[in-house]
Amino acid sequence: MSKDISIQNGANLNLKGLASKEFEVANKSLTYALNPDDFFSLVPRMLVKEGDFVKKGDPVFFDKNDENIKIVSPVSGKIKQIVRGEKRKILNVIIERSGDDVRNFDIPDLKSIPHESIIKLLINSGTLAYIRQRPYNIIARPNRLPKSIFVSSYSTAPYAADYEFLMSDRLNDLQVGINVLGKIINKPINFCVSSTKESIFNQLKNVDLYIIKGNHPAGNESFQINRIDPINSGEVVWVVKPEDLANIGSFFKTGQHCSDRTIAISGDSINSSKYFKTTIGSEISSLFNKTDNLPTLNCRIINGDPLSGSKVDYSGFIGYYNNAISVIEEGNNYRMLGWLPFMYNSVPSLSKTSLSWLLGGEKKVNTNLNGEERAIVVTGEMEKYFPMNIFPMQLIKACMTGDIEKMESLGIYEVVPEDFGLVDFSCTSKIEAQEIIKNGIEIMLKEVG
Amino acid sequence: MDFIRKQVDMLKKPFDKGGKLEKLYPAFNAFETMLFVPNHTTSKGSHIRDGVDLKRTMITVIIALVPALFYGMYNTGYQYYVQTDIQFTFIDAVLHGAYKIFPMIAVSYAVGLAIEFAFAVYRNHPVNEGYLVTGLLIPMIMPIDMPLWMLAISVIFAVLIAKEAFGGTGMNILNPALTARAFAFFAYPTFMSGDKVWVSEASNVDGISGETILGTLAANGEVAYSSASMFMGSIPGSVAETSVFFVLIGALLLIITGVGSWRIMLSGVIGASVVGILFNLWGANSLMSFEWYNHLLVGGFAFGIVFMATDPVSAAQTTKGKWIYGFLVGVFCILIRVFNPAYPEGVMLAILLMNVFAPLIDHYVIETNVSMRRKRWRDVKLETA
Repeated sequence: MSKDISIQNGANLNLKGLASKEFEVANKSLTYALNPDDFFSLVPRMLVKEGDFVKKGDPVFFDKNDENIKIVSPVSGKIKQIVRGEKRKILNVIIERSGDDVRNFDIPDLKSIPHESIIKLLINSGTLAYIRQRPYNIIARPNRLPKSIFVSSYSTAPYAADYEFLMSDRLNDLQVGINVLGKIINKPINFCVSSTKESIFNQLKNVDLYIIKGNHPAGNESFQINRIDPINSGEVVWVVKPEDLANIGSFFKTGQHCSDRTIAISGDSINSSKYFKTTIGSEISSLFNKTDNLPTLNCRIINGDPLSGSKVDYSGFIGYYNNAISVIEEGNNYRMLGWLPFMYNSVPSLSKTSLSWLLGGEKKVNTNLNGEERAIVVTGEMEKYFPMNIFPMQLIKACMTGDIEKMESLGIYEVVPEDFGLVDFSCTSKIEAQEIIKNGIEIMLKEVG
Repeated sequence: MDFIRKQVDMLKKPFDKGGKLEKLYPAFNAFETMLFVPNHTTSKGSHIRDGVDLKRTMITVIIALVPALFYGMYNTGYQYYVQTDIQFTFIDAVLHGAYKIFPMIAVSYAVGLAIEFAFAVYRNHPVNEGYLVTGLLIPMIMPIDMPLWMLAISVIFAVLIAKEAFGGTGMNILNPALTARAFAFFAYPTFMSGDKVWVSEASNVDGISGETILGTLAANGEVAYSSASMFMGSIPGSVAETSVFFVLIGALLLIITGVGSWRIMLSGVIGASVVGILFNLWGANSLMSFEWYNHLLVGGFAFGIVFMATDPVSAAQTTKGKWIYGFLVGVFCILIRVFNPAYPEGVMLAILLMNVFAPLIDHYVIETNVSMRRKRWRDVKLETA
């Protein structure tokens, strides 16, 4: 039995250059990297030195806050370099691929496996890193079991990968993952699908299926959790991305860590905009066609979608969790009298002070700020793109002042920065809502935990 | 465009970091960003941004003000020529109005922007666009013959006390334009009411006079105008507030573009109508028995509810709060008109009063959300206990 949930408001940006639905196997990357910044609030302690050999699945570093959180190597090879930045902060652990050694685990019969053993296996194999917990979006802490587990296969962000396509050949692994995690909470996990078409996920078993209807950010887990099983003070909910859940399933099938990653590359100025099968931590350059001449283009490569992803160099590596890479033009140009209402309608705008909404069709975007940062003046704007029973502007202000009690009572436990992607986008005053919320969550983690 | 850009880049050099005029950068920046949307790219948060910015929003409000301003110019001339028995054309009337009104606008912008620029340089932040609207609103809501120096002092008071003292754009409690009017109203009462201020040259020429409709009613006089003239605006009053028709054109633009809150406008009209109807039933004096729909047409009600009450900074910020706030502005506007003969026009004081209460309204709206969340937490604890 599935349930329908309609999430009102929000907006779909409909950007030009969405990845075409064809798979391609990416060139094998020579080096792979793990970036501790991909894991929110994780403080890395290294378990290897430069020059060490690691098997695929061997732990590379763990979290100083919780030793159970281990990040394992996605490939077998040699630790080539530990790149450090200011104050010796670890920026990247680079592994040079060689050989095919894999760390093996004995998996007991899945039908009778107790949930303690599942958690132990998740911890020891580093597979736990695929699961993140709310509040705060940190890697799941195994000592606090969740009240429910959510998977969203409905992606609404611009340039986000379509899981209906991406997961089409991994349903078997996904089902194993669902069965395993379901055992931990002793009930079906909540699986959210899109309402726009007949979903391939309808055939999954042991799930409570929810059909979500709505524009971005309806696909974000926070908005689904808020409607289905909201997080209260002291409660924990786990969130897993569909491909990560299939990787967990694969581990419980084979006893070997699975670090498969499919990336949808989108952008209106490149030839390689399709889905690439690759491995976590691969070089960005391994995904792009040489004819794209990416380094010479005036463009920005983003690990993730353009609303909430992070900027990366052509010589960088793909992020741990993302299924999308976006390439958009840098908007470092001037527009004469560009602030005039109803002018420059080709610049995407959700505001009716531009005719952009009338034009329809796919929109071309660039990274221009389209103005300068100002004090917050306009009201009622954020609420349109934040369809949850939370006052976004008041929460943002509470985060700015670091008022813990206010943040808590206004609902900080239920949100993560990426939920504010459209708020960032649409804000007239060009404030950085995601950054402010991130800082607020950091304060909460430190003070309340 | 490239040529102009190059010239601007040349001019910019002394204002850049390390340049001689570095400290004056915010002032230069204000002019530069007027000419060009800058080449800034996103650094944190979303990599792509909406085409809208505060400049575009504020300019939209100014465009919405233009019909009322233009009619105000015509009406200024019209009221003057009708009383002087001089033959006049439409153009004559507009020219007479422009001759009187443009100096007011110039003084308002010059004085206000000078203070804004000084604060921007002093505090080292960019010049906010808010004053572009305030600076136009202030002359539009003053009597036509107000001496320019008085206007200047009102502007100084409004910008310094109502705005900058609270931290500048986005932080003020009171609407700055209305604060300027309230200041003038209490500091120079003889220039702000009576029958010698509302028609151009009435203070200089003996034969010219004219009381506002509300002033007449407060003195228990007979109203000589039809509802149609009240709607079209050919009546004495502050510079550009008299024509409901032209104010509504502006309102339409604000509502379509989403820049002004239709909720505040609608609930304000509802609030004023409800109280107006109640007073009509009571009918103890001429202000009470003045038809409720005419209450909506006279004085600054339409202008106030469309352009002043909807100021997002000083209005309530939550959706529910906006309904309550707008409704109460309407209610208090009529209450003040009817019950306080010293203040025949109530909309200014009603909006300023509700500006003060807006944060409180929001507080209670947000509290209901907070207690909903806390109740959910408590219920869960009870279930699991």
